Amino acid sequence: MAKSQVSMKVNGKTVDALVEPRTLLIHFLREDLNITGPHIGCETSHCGACTVDLDGKSVKSCTVFAVQANGADIRTIEGMANADGTLHALQEGFREMHGLQCGFCTPGMIVRAYRLLQENNSPSEEDIRHGISGNLCRCTGYQNIVKAIQYAAAKINGVPFQEAAE
Amino acid sequence: MIPGPFAYHRPQSVTEAVSMLSDLGEDARALAGGHSLIPMMKLRLATPAHLVDLAGVADLKFIRADGADIVIGAMTTQHELIGSDLLTGKLPLLREAALVIADPQVRYAGTLGGNVANGDPGNDMPAVMMCLGATYEIAGKSARRRIPARAFYQGAYLTALEAGEILTAVRIPAPPAGHGFAYEKLKRKIGDYATAAAAVVLSMSGGRVAACSIGLTNVAETPLWAEEAGKILAGSGLDAATVKQAVAAAEAITAPATDARGPAHYRTKMAGVMLTRALARAQARAGA
Repeated sequence: MAKSQVSMKVNGKTVDALVEPRTLLIHFLREDLNITGPHIGCETSHCGACTVDLDGKSVKSCTVFAVQANGADIRTIEGMANADGTLHALQEGFREMHGLQCGFCTPGMIVRAYRLLQENNSPSEEDIRHGISGNLCRCTGYQNIVKAIQYAAAKINGVPFQEAAE
Repeated sequence: MIPGPFAYHRPQSVTEAVSMLSDLGEDARALAGGHSLIPMMKLRLATPAHLVDLAGVADLKFIRADGADIVIGAMTTQHELIGSDLLTGKLPLLREAALVIADPQVRYAGTLGGNVANGDPGNDMPAVMMCLGATYEIAGKSARRRIPARAFYQGAYLTALEAGEILTAVRIPAPPAGHGFAYEKLKRKIGDYATAAAAVVLSMSGGRVAACSIGLTNVAETPLWAEEAGKILAGSGLDAATVKQAVAAAEAITAPATDARGPAHYRTKMAGVMLTRALARAQARAGA
């Protein structure tokens, strides 16, 4: 089958490549670009471990063909830290609030939470839980992930983070 | 999981898209958001030789008022439906239904056109469209036509759409100001299809039901319009006895499959429960 030429921006860098049309974006990122932050979890668009930010949308990269992303601007966990190497508020939040245990879901969680905070910088706990409902975590029970996102929101808004009473 | 090989096409206009689909024949499929088709391709349950991606067709993505109707382009995503001020104001049922479809990531990609045109009885929007009396705008190589949603669904994955045609827009008559509405969906978890779901739109006048329309999701091979149940409720004050009679009429037209979501008789009863809840919520929201 004839290959297609694609060009896209991934974490700020322009990438040109020839891909088979059936190449899924997750395979293109991991195998062709060696960007292995987005994980392959369920492969059935349920778990969200493969989530990347694509033109301002959170998408499951296992359910998008690389050719569909031609011309797109993509961000993965590899593109989250600040230019000076310091952690993004979300990464810091996940570290400070113990928002991960095994870490498998974390790249997808953080990239999804990034878009959630772009759309709503002061989400309620319910907004957060609804917003990350497409990302499964089998370790944490979500409580600390919610706290990590609240921590990041507080930091981005320049207000002190207040942990809610349990 | 790697799909079978295919050739990728990206038309720029509806005319180009339908002429491609009709020239390429049965081995070609239109690609909208891809969140039904791509999973099927990964499982090799679908192996199209050609994919015609509609993402480059600009005039399929819009939400606008057109006289007394609201018209929505087929490539409008669920996420865009949820964020639309026009819909929140005039047709809030769509936002409520879109919010219980799949999960956030799927809603960024999944389109209204794909949801209604695919013919999957588990999809939520078809019953909502039957409830609202929507009309689908269809384009083919030689002609354009309109089909009422209530006449579109013929069986599981079987619709009035013919080979080479695409659904370009959904046209919905805006319900009257002050109407009540609700979409009640029972599902096992986020991202699941409905065990059963019910859509209701009703108008009240002097404490009585002036008009009521009901759609049911995933309790038959096709979405259902519960016409008889709506007629029973018209003129009533939604008293318990009349609601019970209408719910029984709605349950009577269901024919769900026994599957992982439960045995058939349970899913029928759940359709009744969802309808009862949707009626109560729609009534509470309706102006007098």
